[in-house]
Amino acid sequence: MIDFSLTSDQKRLLELARDFSEKEIRPVALEYDRDGTYPEAILKKAHELGLMYTNIPEEYGGSGMDYVTHYVVTEALNYDCCAIGQMIGISHLSTGAILFGGTEEQKKKFLGRMTESYRSSCYCLTEPGAGSDAGAMRTMAKKTSDGYVINGSKCYITNGRDSDLLCLFATTDRTLGTKGICCFAVPRDTPGISVGRVEDKMGHRALTVTEIFFENVELGRENLIGEEGQGFKLAMMALDRGRVNIMAVCTAIAQKAFDEASNWAREREQFGQPIGNFQAIQFMLADIYALILATRAMYLHMGWMLDQNIRCTVEAASGKFFATDAAMKVTTDAVQILGGSGYMKGTVVEKLMRDAKLTQIFEGTNQINRMVSGRGILSKQCIQF
Amino acid sequence: MNVIVCLKQVPDTETQIKIAPDGKSIVTDDIKWVMNPYDEYGVEEALRLKEKFGGEVTVVSLGPKRVTESIRTALAMGADKGILISDDALEGSDSLATAKALAAAIKDLDYDLIFTGQRGVDDDMGVVGASLAEFLDVPQFSVIVKVEVAEDGKSVKAHRPVEGQVLVVESSLPALITTQKGLNEPRYATLPGIMKAKKKPFEEKTLADLGLDPAKVGEGGRKVKILELTPPPKRGEGKIIEGETPQEKAAELAKLLHEEAKVF
Repeated sequence: MIDFSLTSDQKRLLELARDFSEKEIRPVALEYDRDGTYPEAILKKAHELGLMYTNIPEEYGGSGMDYVTHYVVTEALNYDCCAIGQMIGISHLSTGAILFGGTEEQKKKFLGRMTESYRSSCYCLTEPGAGSDAGAMRTMAKKTSDGYVINGSKCYITNGRDSDLLCLFATTDRTLGTKGICCFAVPRDTPGISVGRVEDKMGHRALTVTEIFFENVELGRENLIGEEGQGFKLAMMALDRGRVNIMAVCTAIAQKAFDEASNWAREREQFGQPIGNFQAIQFMLADIYALILATRAMYLHMGWMLDQNIRCTVEAASGKFFATDAAMKVTTDAVQILGGSGYMKGTVVEKLMRDAKLTQIFEGTNQINRMVSGRGILSKQCIQF
Repeated sequence: MNVIVCLKQVPDTETQIKIAPDGKSIVTDDIKWVMNPYDEYGVEEALRLKEKFGGEVTVVSLGPKRVTESIRTALAMGADKGILISDDALEGSDSLATAKALAAAIKDLDYDLIFTGQRGVDDDMGVVGASLAEFLDVPQFSVIVKVEVAEDGKSVKAHRPVEGQVLVVESSLPALITTQKGLNEPRYATLPGIMKAKKKPFEEKTLADLGLDPAKVGEGGRKVKILELTPPPKRGEGKIIEGETPQEKAAELAKLLHEEAKVF
């Protein structure tokens, strides 16, 4: 049975997220983008309302949403500013691996702390020498008698500066490649962790991205999530879900650009009539709308797959590059429709276009996602409809 | 402190209202129904009193089944119980019949304060609050922007704006207050609140449950009949003030405001 109608609970949650975006995010979105402001007050409020950690089950203090609802809410939260929306969303990626690989005790300890009062988290995978090629990871987890000692550095870590909990990936043996990677839950106040440069970015400016350094950071056995060598698998599991998340984010970016462009097409007059009367503009809007319909249907479908425990690695990789390429095209076309007015700094579509670019790069570049998808197709991992 | 909030479901204020072919009602298809904004102030105030004094907040509403959704919204915000008076015979009731039915549902409840919106934003009658107070025989304060319940929870002071001044009135409890914009800033329904709302007690009552005569309510029981609904007049074209200097333009504007628009 295929049913796209939302339940009354889902509608209410969607309304909450929309309301939140409109009242809390929209009024500051352009200013925060201009100044690269850390949206702390908004994050705290989101936490208060239960919009953070929607992935964490109720027994650990989260709201335990199913994936479909989670992604519907994510789209709404990212409509007015995807940088702020994803500062809320990063909490789900970072806690994901702990949720999938952690023991009951670890989940209670690490996740319970995140939900009981406002605490944020980050996902530390990328390194200067290990982006798409996670197997080239250099951050070392050296085994000791009662735990591990971590040395190394991470870069481009979303919310790295302000996180209370780090989901850290490090290797016990570099010669093992991805099979040597381990996942650790690391409280930020563990001695030896320091934050480096806060990056100045083209878009996603209210999203803080930093370097993080680890110098003789001592961890106990209880910080290891899953078995040794399971880290890469846990990282990918979290990323599968994160990629569907990106699709919902991109649907929001595209929807916002579409709303701006279609309003403009109705109002802007040239040659004595609204420019929307011209076929050239109509075709662009039609193409944009088709892409929005497609990306939304894709994330709903994959959310449903995740809810059914159907593995969707190939599909999430395909959807990720499709939705992010769509967001890039849609925002570029929206700037085109608004013309000079859309290209000026401080306008909504100009921001959206800068924001969209990052989506093609993060959580796996679109090239690596095409590789994941292509390999999966050849090894017959795609779903049968 | 037990507080009752009367809630009306109304069309979202952003809805484009269309008059139905009968000329006496509106087209209800495609309307987004929401909680009357004045009632949201009531819910918020009730929740604040509950936080301060303890007790329960009960939401009472009257209308078709769809009103359940608005009651659930109030429950998601933090109210404890919902009661919906729903009966086909109530269709088309006027304000007086509505107040009678509400009074019948409320009279046996244990309450210290009742909030109603000062009016519904749909038909702007502003009658239910006053009538309900009368039927329940409790003091009533209308159009209130500030509520102060005494520390002992036995009396209430209410602030009402009057021509730029404030009138402060006091009464023993129980009492009924009709809410005005400015009373508070209603909270969001939180996500856990939304999840919990469906597990909260919710009751539906019919006219028979309340011991009311179907002939005295609904379309047939109306004391006030709606004769006609007319759309607001179309806005005329704007006027551009001509003149060489700002002084000339200002003088012309003043003249037009006085003679044509008659605003002073």
